[in-house]
This record gives sequence, C-alpha cells and structure tokens, in this order.
Amino acid sequence: MTKTNAGQRIVIEPVTRVEGHGKVTILLDEHRKVKHARLHIVEFRGFERFIQGRPFWEVPVLVQRLCGICPVSHHLAAAKAMDRIVGGEKLTPTAEKVRRLMHYGQMFQSHSLHFFHLVSPDLLFGFDADPAIRNVIGVAKKFPELGVQGVMMRKYGQEIIRITAGKKIHGTGAIPGGVNKNVSIEERDFLLKDLDQMVVWSRAAVKLCKDYTMEHLAELAPFGSFDSNHLALVREDGAMDLYHGNLRAIDAAGKKIFDQLDYQEYADHIAEEVRPWSYMKFPFIKALGPEKGWYRVGPLARINTCDFIDTPEAEAARKEFMAVTKGAPNNISLAYHWARTIEILHSIEKIKELLHDPDLQGEDLVVKGPRREETVGLIEAPRGTLFHHYRINSNDQVVMANLIVSTTNNNEPMNRAVTKVAEDYLAGVTITEGLLNRIEVAIRAYDPCLSCATHALGAMPLEVELRAHTGELVDRRVQA
Amino acid sequence: MNHTFTFTIDGVEVRGRPGQTIMQAADEAGIYIPRLCAHKELVPHGSCRVCTVFVNGRPQSACTQPAAPGIIVENETEALLAIRRSLIDMLFVEGNHFCPFCEKSGNCELQALAYRFGITAPQHPYLFPKRDLDASHPDIFIDRNRCILCGRCVRASRDLDGKNVFQFVGRGPGKRIAVNAKAALADTDAARTDRAVSACPVGAILRKRVGYAIPIGQRMYDAAPIGSDIEAVRADPHQ
Ligand code: SF4
Ligand code: NI
Repeated sequence: MTKTNAGQRIVIEPVTRVEGHGKVTILLDEHRKVKHARLHIVEFRGFERFIQGRPFWEVPVLVQRLCGICPVSHHLAAAKAMDRIVGGEKLTPTAEKVRRLMHYGQMFQSHSLHFFHLVSPDLLFGFDADPAIRNVIGVAKKFPELGVQGVMMRKYGQEIIRITAGKKIHGTGAIPGGVNKNVSIEERDFLLKDLDQMVVWSRAAVKLCKDYTMEHLAELAPFGSFDSNHLALVREDGAMDLYHGNLRAIDAAGKKIFDQLDYQEYADHIAEEVRPWSYMKFPFIKALGPEKGWYRVGPLARINTCDFIDTPEAEAARKEFMAVTKGAPNNISLAYHWARTIEILHSIEKIKELLHDPDLQGEDLVVKGPRREETVGLIEAPRGTLFHHYRINSNDQVVMANLIVSTTNNNEPMNRAVTKVAEDYLAGVTITEGLLNRIEVAIRAYDPCLSCATHALGAMPLEVELRAHTGELVDRRVQA
Repeated sequence: MNHTFTFTIDGVEVRGRPGQTIMQAADEAGIYIPRLCAHKELVPHGSCRVCTVFVNGRPQSACTQPAAPGIIVENETEALLAIRRSLIDMLFVEGNHFCPFCEKSGNCELQALAYRFGITAPQHPYLFPKRDLDASHPDIFIDRNRCILCGRCVRASRDLDGKNVFQFVGRGPGKRIAVNAKAALADTDAARTDRAVSACPVGAILRKRVGYAIPIGQRMYDAAPIGSDIEAVRADPHQ
C-alpha cells in the first residue's frame, strides 16, 4: 500500500463473496471524514501481450483462459470479432441462434449463481446478520427449496453451454464465421425437459427481488447510490439485446448521449483513463470527459437503457421496475439485483423461444466473405458490456488486442458506491462489522468479476485497515 | 510364400513375417504398442522411445527392432508403463503445450497418450522454452512451442511429398525443426495438402483457418483412447 500525506485511509482486503478478489481503501481527510474510497483490482493486462502473434482463429478459445467465471462471454465476444476478420459477420440463422442459445444459457447460469449463492444471503438474513449464517449454506439450511433452485438453475445453464459449446467450461462452439455444431433433436429434447420448471423458478426469483426491494425501498434507495450515465447495446428498434446491437448511452435523467452507435467505432467515443493508484483503467465517454463521462454497465444499465424487452414476462417485469422511478432511469445500486432477476426471466424466455425454433437443427453453420484486418466484437456479458478489439496481420496473426471487460466499465461506479457507503456508515475511526458488511454488499451489487480483471481465482478473508492521514494505522479488522 | 513364425508379446502368441518390425507384427495381431515418432507410412526413426519394449529382457524400440522367431516381448508391464509415462511427461514440460486452447486438442497423439496413461499433470517442472512461430505461409502455420521433434514432417516431406521442406537444425536442447529456406516457410514449396502437414502428431504444423471446426465429442480421440483402432483387430479377429 502506498502512503499518502493528504488523508487517512481504511483498507479492506480482499472483498469476500465477489468472484475473485480485490481490496478497498477508504481515504479520510484531516477532519477524519471520508474523502473517497478506492476499490483496488489488480487487472491482468499481460494477456493482451500474451496473445500477440497467435493465429486469429485460436483467439475465441484462447481468451476463455482470461476468466474462470465468465469464459463463454469472452468466447463469444472474440468470436464476434473474428467473424469480421473472415467476413462472416452475417451469420447463418443456425449459427446465430446456436450462439444466442449459448449466450442466454451463460447469462442464466451466471445470474442464477450470483443471485442465489452470493446475494440471497444478504436479502434473506439482512446485512447485519452473522456472516457464519449469512452465506449460501445458511440459505440452504433455512430455505432449502431456494438452495435447490439455485443449484438446478445454474446446472441448467451449464447444460446449455455444454450442448452448444461442447463442454461446460472452455468449449469450442463458436468459430470465426459461425459455429461448429448445431443442436440435435435429442439435445433439444433434453433441454426442453426441465424448461417449464426453470420458467417457474425464474418468475419466483423476480418476485422475491421485487417484493424485497419494495418492502425496503426507503433503506435501499440511498444505499451506495449515486447518479450516473448508463451504457448498453440495444437492438435497432430499441429493444434490449444481450447478444448483438448498437451502443446507446443515456445520462442519469434518461437523456440520450449517443444512440445506435456502431460499436466498430467505439474507440472514437470511449476512452480509458489511467490513474496512478489503480491497475484497472477507467473508461469514459469522450464527449463528456473523464470527470462526467463515466457510466454504469450491466443489468441495471441495460434495463435503464432499452426502450422495451421483447419477451412478454420480462417486459411486464421491466415495466414494474421502471414504475418505481416513474419511468426515469433507476440509479439505485441495489436495484441491480432486481434487474438481474428480470434478465434471468428474459433469458429463459429467450431460451424457450430458441428451443422451439427448427433453425437450431439447421446444417448451414459457417459463412465467409471479404477479409478484414481490424475488428471489434462486443457483447452484453452477464456483468455488462464487454469489448474485444483486435488487429490481425496478413499472416493471420494477432498484432494488437485491447479488451475492456465489464468489470472495468463499472470501475468508477464501484468506487462511487463504496465511497457512498463509507460516507454514510463510517462512525469515528473504528471499523465496525456493519461497515465492513455494507461495503461488501455495495460491491456485490455490481457482481464484479475480479477474476476477469485479475486472472486470479479464489475467495479470501475480508480485511479492513484504517489509517490516519499521516499513514499511521488506526484500526484494522479482519473477517474470516 | 508366407514363412511366418511366432513369438510372444506379454505371453500372447503373435505371428510375424521376415522383414517385419515388432511393432508391425503387433499391429497386425491387434496389440497396441504406444508410439509417437512412428507412422505407418514412414520409415522408422526410433527417436521418441515411447515404443520401448523388452525383448528377451533387453530394452528395444519396437518400431525399429525386427520381429524374430521365439523372442519374448514385454509390452504392458509396470516398469515399461513407468518409463513411457516419464517420457511423455518430459515431452510435455519441454515444450509449451497448452491443451485447453490448442486446436489440436482431441486430435493430438501426445495428449491422447497422456490420457491413455492417466497423466493429468506433469511430474517434472515446466521449462517454458522460448520458441518461434512461422506464420509466413498463406495456408500453413508452424508453432514450434508444440514440436516434439519426432521428425515425422521431415520424413513425410522427403518420402511422401518428395519435397524436403523440413529439416532439423541445432543439437541437444537447441535442436529445432527448420525449413529448407533462408527465411521462412513461405519461401519453400510447401503446400496445404502436403502429407508433412497431416503427419505432425501434435499441433506444431497446422492447416490455417480450420482450427476447432470439429466439435468436441467428434474428434479423433474423444470416443476411444489412442490405440483402440489397433486393439479392435484383436477384439474382432475377422476384421
Ligand atoms: S513439427 Fe510436428 S512432425 Fe515435425 S518434428 Fe515437430 S512434432 Fe514432429
Ligand atoms: Ni470474468
């Protein structure tokens, strides 16, 4: 940790129950008031060097090594990029639908894992409950049916991934210009078996989140909250589209900053700021500058940004969600959870639509056209917009790669959320367990994939350090 | 004209003909002797040592050692299994074989042997050598990170393609596969359809832009372990 003379700092290290690990410091001023909070994530940029020289068709499989949590999102974002290298971005109906099925399967399993395993303990037991109970085991004991749902929903999503990608983790399904397999009748029927149950459980997850949020709205609304811009892909008609679309950014009041922006041109509109204290960059909308141009991505941003959802149940859920803020963008950090469950419902509705589509059994899997040498692949990953940008030389080798992962897009928002919680809940110079828990809860709302950013897996205990503005250690708290 | 004779492999009586190697006789009898540098259509090389068997108690390469009347061959013994495991293990750590993203996965003989022998993680420390790629050719990609120096490309190019595209240069740890040109593969007469390309047992010489086209589950070694095709002969003698 670097010392600073400008203030005092609290260090939380690392955050538990987010995927991967990170560290939080809270900086105090001379009056022992919170100056700001910083979430430290050691972003592993070495990867972009590692893929230098590798052949482009290897990249969609290779990039899955970036992350043990969301490999499918990287697989698909890279495949979308490489489609353009082989001139095959207009996929065959079969290829597009198999990929979408894979993507919705990933969304379904990732959101389910996050909601049931990581978030439900906070909602069901309260932020101040003993961490020994406030965990997934505690949920399974007290609410056994919920524990089972979480496990089964995750498994269902994984089976979709296995069938479309060939393996549950590190599959090969998406190849430049298409896919390497379709979905057979047997595979489809296997997935249809449990589908209706999944729909029922998804509805219940939305209801649980909605009821919880409405009941605790007064407490949740200010919790770790702040106004921000929101960014997401939307379809040409303004519908939410998790697999493909154009970029739309809105401000905290809902005014469009840009709309239907071809993401091939993202670099003209989005830049990444480097700050000396963080390895992870801070993306922002160029037109607004780094101070005002940062934005949120992920479920909350997607629901705020789209005009509608094209599946009926999720659309009805979206309307209820938007009614809370009377149609204006919802800037409540903890509303991410409700938004996430709406996407669970949307994903399963999409999965149902796709499983009944005979194109899944089509034989036309790959298209190719005029070759390109520079390409961008974007996808709405579970945690938000994921950017993959590559340049390929005439020998088919990667010569440049730039990735902006979802968690990086949410870098500034997560810092804001932690700052807000610290301002509201830090009392004196003692780190209470309540503060510690609340910082965790705020970070968890954003479902950061620290694994994506750090390329290191594993949860570790939570540690809080409080330092005087001289750099002197005032208090320290560790949670097992 | 068949002056056949018999000998035994692990106690099983096997027929041999004059001029056959132990490996050839074993293949015909449906007994699999593991191998990497040997290839049915290529002259034996005897370099990888994976096919080491005991002949009357002495270690020999089955791909080069002639079959002979009455010899006693040991193939599937604990001692030989340990030697083969160790050899395969060393081939892994000497190169940079990243199976999880290698496009040869599922079709790779080295990986298939590791699976057959139950090797999941190497026992020796990785050497992480620095090796060069050659992407110059429009249709062929060379990734020396995965080369196991089996020499199959050298022999296939010379004997099957009539071209001499590949050769070894250097000695000891510095030994590597090179092309017969001043600069790069693009300067040779190598072609996409060359047998030298398909002869590579690992992902070191690849046809460009076709990686991962075969889905997981339908690749060469997804369904049955390497050697199963040979062993099927024994299971069904009418084949
Ligand atoms: S390139 Fe392939 S065939 Fe040639 S020596 Fe290396 S491993 Fe053997
Ligand atoms: Ni990730």
